[in-house]
Amino acid sequence: MKYVDEFRQHRLARQLAAAIRQEADPTRQYHLMEFCGGHTHAIFRYGVQDLMPDNVKFVHGPGCPVCVLPIGRIDEAIHLVEAHDVILCTYGDLLRVPASGRKSLIKVKAAGGDVRMVYSTQDALRIARENPDREVVFFAIGFETTTPPSAVALQQAKAEGLKNFSLFCNHVLTPAAIQNILESPEVRELGTVSIHGFFGPSHVSSIIGSRPYEFFAEEFRRPVVIAGFEPLDVMQSALMLIRQLNEGRYEVENEYTRVVTREGNQKAQRLVGEVFELRRSFEWRGLGQVPYSALKIKRDYEELDAEKRFPIPVSQASDVKGCECPSILRGVKRPTDCKLFGTVCTPENPMGSCMVSSEGACAAYWSYGRFREPAQRSA
Amino acid sequence: MCLAIPAKVVAIDEAGENATVQLGEVRKQVSLALVDGVMLGEYVLIHVGYALNKVSEDEAQKTLELFAQAGVSP
Repeated sequence: MKYVDEFRQHRLARQLAAAIRQEADPTRQYHLMEFCGGHTHAIFRYGVQDLMPDNVKFVHGPGCPVCVLPIGRIDEAIHLVEAHDVILCTYGDLLRVPASGRKSLIKVKAAGGDVRMVYSTQDALRIARENPDREVVFFAIGFETTTPPSAVALQQAKAEGLKNFSLFCNHVLTPAAIQNILESPEVRELGTVSIHGFFGPSHVSSIIGSRPYEFFAEEFRRPVVIAGFEPLDVMQSALMLIRQLNEGRYEVENEYTRVVTREGNQKAQRLVGEVFELRRSFEWRGLGQVPYSALKIKRDYEELDAEKRFPIPVSQASDVKGCECPSILRGVKRPTDCKLFGTVCTPENPMGSCMVSSEGACAAYWSYGRFREPAQRSA
Repeated sequence: MCLAIPAKVVAIDEAGENATVQLGEVRKQVSLALVDGVMLGEYVLIHVGYALNKVSEDEAQKTLELFAQAGVSP
């Protein structure tokens, strides 16, 4: 496949690995945080960590929207199905995330609830058109990549006068989360987590551009390299971060130039701005309340806002006891530090969200990395 | 979640609202609501049924050349 296979070539990977080994200074550490679950997945699937010298380590970040959605929001979506008898449409990633009381959307579906997995917001609109006598709610999650398709759906529903469609908005923002990590006590004062540089997200950046990261690079003196999701993209970006650190630079560089520009997709940004506005605060699993880190539906579109249309009691559910997802999402712990990992928590029977999504750090460790770090498990 | 794949545009409807893209042997209809000026034969990045961006042939080539230089340059 064009633009995929070329970026997975074995020969070039060896060459990049040799360059990284040559340029990484053995007297210093390079802890590089990949914000995105897509990068986490690529690093594990292709064994990129194994190609790095010992002092170059990847720290996994909170950039998996399924993983950071608090349990309470899933409880609220379940409430929509059970109490208001809506058809709840959502992306497949969310169906198996554990909610309170040992429920999940897929169990609610098995018990007769009308939960439907859709590929696109267009499918949710079609279901609303086909079921005019039923309320259809789209359970929207995702970072900036996934927000514009929700904006298009809201504009289309409004233009068509689709009265039985609404959207339960859980869209979150990348820059706010990165800032939260950099300002956390673990990074700033305690020094329990050291992050020397960042891989910038691939497809979030295709929408927002590389400009929003310039503030972090400058303010927190950490280099950022926007990286594509293929293994060679990750390796080239690691090399670019290592070079910046060696030279004492902290700039925003773009490795993923075939898709990302400094300005991003301005048409998509405009559409999102027409439909959504900032929430004052939103809860993230692992990070807690993060100010101005999520979006809500603007007043002009409030008749399509599921939170306005249906009374939804706020759920304050907490995580499963022993589950280390919150610390793993902040980069403080690794999946193998969790007592539940691989014992009671597996992809077949996940206890925490990081084991559900294939982009979650626990699922990536389970699928590709669990035999690489056996020492901590047996300890 | 933010996964997106590059696919070739093989047809565009009359209104210019939707395109058919091809990826290997798979064809799929996607919305063009988020990108202007998409032409037949171009590659676009597909995410949840929408084209998000065009993929630049020139820039892809430059990046591949950069990889190839990695082991050679100082």
